[in-house]
Amino acid sequence: MAYMHIGKDFVPPDVPGKVTGRIKYSEDYTREGMVYARLLTSPVPHGRVVNIDASAALAMDGVVGILTADDVYPDGEPQSTGLKILTNEPTLVGEPILAIAAVDEKTAETAMALISLTIERLPFVLDPLDSLREGGADAYSGGNTFVFRQGFAQEKWTSDQITSFQNGREPSAEPQQSWEYGDLEAGFASSDFIYETSFSTAGYPHMSMEPRSAMAYWENGKCYLHGTSQSLTALAEPMANIVGVPLEDFVFINEATGGGFGQRSRAASIPSMAIPARFSQKINRPVMMRVTREEEFTIGGARQGLQGWIKVGFKSNGAMAAMDMYCVSDSGGKGGGGDANSAAAGVSALYQAEAMRFRNTSIGTNTGHRGAQRGPGENQIMAIVAPIMDKAAEALGLDRLAIRKMNAAQNGDVSGSRSTPFTSAYMPECLEQAAEQFDWDGRKSRARQTNGSKVTGLGIGQGYHNAGRSGMDGIVRMLPNGRLQMHTGVGNLGTYSYASTSRAAAEVLKMSWDDCDIVTGRTDRHLAISSPQDGSNSIFTNTRTAYGAAQDMLAKMKEIAAMDLGGAAADYDIDGSRVYQITDDTVGMTYAAVAQRALELGGKFTGEAEVPEDLNSLTALSVSRLAGSALMGIYHDPRHAGNPPGFAVAMIEIELDTETGKFDIIELVNIAECGTVVHPQGLKNQLVGGAVWGIGLSVLERHLYDPQNGIPASTGFWQSKIPTYLDTPANIGTGWVDLPDPENPVGARGIGEPSMGSVSAALNAAISDALDGHLFDAAPVTTDMIINHVAGISEEAIPLAQNNFRG
Amino acid sequence: MYPVNTKLTRRRFIKGVIASGAAATSTSIWYAANGAERPPGSVERLIRINVNGQVRSVDVAPQETLASTLRYKLGLTGTKLGCNRGECGACTVLVDDIASYGCSILTHSVKAKRIETVEGLESANGDLHPVQQAFVEELSPQCGYCTPGQVMAAVGLLRANPNPTREEARQGMAGNICRCGSYDSYLNGVMRAAEIG
Ligand code: FES
Ligand code: FES
Repeated sequence: MAYMHIGKDFVPPDVPGKVTGRIKYSEDYTREGMVYARLLTSPVPHGRVVNIDASAALAMDGVVGILTADDVYPDGEPQSTGLKILTNEPTLVGEPILAIAAVDEKTAETAMALISLTIERLPFVLDPLDSLREGGADAYSGGNTFVFRQGFAQEKWTSDQITSFQNGREPSAEPQQSWEYGDLEAGFASSDFIYETSFSTAGYPHMSMEPRSAMAYWENGKCYLHGTSQSLTALAEPMANIVGVPLEDFVFINEATGGGFGQRSRAASIPSMAIPARFSQKINRPVMMRVTREEEFTIGGARQGLQGWIKVGFKSNGAMAAMDMYCVSDSGGKGGGGDANSAAAGVSALYQAEAMRFRNTSIGTNTGHRGAQRGPGENQIMAIVAPIMDKAAEALGLDRLAIRKMNAAQNGDVSGSRSTPFTSAYMPECLEQAAEQFDWDGRKSRARQTNGSKVTGLGIGQGYHNAGRSGMDGIVRMLPNGRLQMHTGVGNLGTYSYASTSRAAAEVLKMSWDDCDIVTGRTDRHLAISSPQDGSNSIFTNTRTAYGAAQDMLAKMKEIAAMDLGGAAADYDIDGSRVYQITDDTVGMTYAAVAQRALELGGKFTGEAEVPEDLNSLTALSVSRLAGSALMGIYHDPRHAGNPPGFAVAMIEIELDTETGKFDIIELVNIAECGTVVHPQGLKNQLVGGAVWGIGLSVLERHLYDPQNGIPASTGFWQSKIPTYLDTPANIGTGWVDLPDPENPVGARGIGEPSMGSVSAALNAAISDALDGHLFDAAPVTTDMIINHVAGISEEAIPLAQNNFRG
Repeated sequence: MYPVNTKLTRRRFIKGVIASGAAATSTSIWYAANGAERPPGSVERLIRINVNGQVRSVDVAPQETLASTLRYKLGLTGTKLGCNRGECGACTVLVDDIASYGCSILTHSVKAKRIETVEGLESANGDLHPVQQAFVEELSPQCGYCTPGQVMAAVGLLRANPNPTREEARQGMAGNICRCGSYDSYLNGVMRAAEIG
């Protein structure tokens, strides 16, 4: 289909501000009378605050106040593992206990040193298996796990059960969570190749480039919060609740966000933004809270680590007949997550396992705040499964590409515990395109060839994430000057989806992009609700709402034209910012004239009547405030059917030096299967960014904690090393399948997370290939692991360790 | 149960981290870098520094970093702080044409030098610098937080080497981290800037 805007590049309006430094992040704002808050954070991994004596600090010149957990939770702290605004019961080093505000930061910091904090140390634990062991410490005061709707609980295994698991055998303990489909036993019975192993994947911090600084002030009873978030409107109401202010009195300002990756999507994962808001309310001054890199490490979120056991069976033709997976998930000191469940669902979707069982137990540790991180679960497990696919191909005498095609998801396929059908799926096409672009047939003979100490490895990886939601709202307005105002609630986290999804509205109205304005950046610009910008959903979800709102406007424009110029609405069409009669295009009205007429007519045309009843509360508030201001298109999106998948395929060639354990990536291509391409440059950025993240997961990033004191040793960019220019290839090949999805009006689905899983999988497979098919069953596979393997030295790491070396 | 002197604990904290084999700083060091914990008796001094071709007078503490002065005293918030400890490059500025980490330079040490920040690149009529223009055309930024640093690193690189190979550009930009992983798009931008430069 020929589109005017969809599939075309454009300059998103915030880009010039990014290259000139003019765009403002939360820490770039100041306000008359602003004071500065500093955090006193927990020095211990698990403790209970017994007393805070701040009298000397508060007596200091320039100190204006203190905010404690008692201030923000007068009725007691919530009993959950959720991150709190401030706490008297820290469960990780660095958790904020109190904040001090002063006229400048040095005064606040000096005052902090005068506070006498009495804290009772409690037992702590860094590895879930140490906590699961009988007699092991619990991460929380109420136990070592938190069961949904039940609360804290204690989960213990016998020493034999732990040792057996560590030795690679199937765990025998009852899991907290399970699902299955198909006949697992029959699946394994029909298998010609079965691989069974324990595995571990590391937890590691998000490390968004912008620390989550925030500034807040109150004016005329309203709270204005300059914050940092992946989402904009989706975050506003829950954040208002955390601050304790009605939605109508809360203004969230967030023009740009320096990276999110899952932990700035929902208000519950950034409650620290409530500190300046609550503090400002208490002391009646604007409060800036600058967050350091170290603080960002602690409260900024981390991927869950998984300790697991997996058994996979393949038929002689390569079909995955059965998959059995048991995980122990590291829920950290705060937060938690559903990584293990998503990992299993991801395997089901990508490899179409005929029978499957998933079991999981989540255990807390006194380590980072856990929660969703780019492809949570899917992207770890793909790094484990891809080398197993190669092992199976080798055992069954199949080509590595062929075994993936055999198991590839296509139209009509289903996945997961509920056998949910895909809205569309073109994995075979994606594999084919990647193979062509990479020249798989030409390169595959190079696998395992040696050149001195160097050996070539090839890898194929596939990524998946459910990539679309629905049920949100859209608002567009046409001004009497003929300009379209697109009121998007999509957050600006660097994907440009706030802009690219808005283009669906311009497409419907066939408007020149120069005549369109995106209204966004702060909630008092009266925006529509969006789903949170996580789960690769934004493109699918919000093109639906932008498209729907524009359709509503289009219908109203035709109705107004028919009213004034005669005939029925169906007799009219649009082009060139004009509504005209199909039979005589000289009879028509400009959009500007229609908008002017709407203002005279009022009622439904201007949002003063017949507003969709099922609008979300935030959208309804926005519409009520915009009513009467312009011709309005308002839309509530119904639910879609099926699972819109995001798929990606990566192929990698590496040259691994067996003397150093280092490798160079010779070639890397990353191909998307995400429906119709909306914004090629934006998609390309997701593919290269995902590739960099995939490399990080595969070989670099991990939590490290000092086992004696529970102190994090990976708080900076170098200790949990995020990939740099030199860890990534100078060129990354990208491409896309570009076939439309029927559940989206412009055919689009999301891609942000699968584009990482494909590369983490391909790289682990390539390393395994270079080492004659050796499986580490771990991510990351670090240089020391490679060297030790080549030298025939068994690793010194504790089997399945978390938050330590090898995991 | 016992009282914890937070200051002592912070020291212990640093010791613990160092003992565990990794270099790290604590918030105390962050604030020392910003002139927060200056030795008794030391005071801010009015000095003059040349920023973007203008001589600016500013009160500067002895341990104050250039990034801190630029952002918090001169309002030049285009220079970002990603780590404030020399790891990421978000604070990159040019000092006598050399790309340098603003968080790791004392303002007092650059009194006689030319400092350029991202705010100083556009021409008088508002045209973007070729690097900025190329970064827009290639959609190099994602979240944009590392972008001013990447821009300044690229400007410094191209002044020293106006026609780099892609590999030279990759090496030259290697001091700037991008968590969004937009390296490929930044390199496209650098190569395009060299063309249009
Ligand atoms: S802020 Fe200077 S290197 Fe990170
Ligand atoms: S664009 Fe986000 S850190 Fe580089």
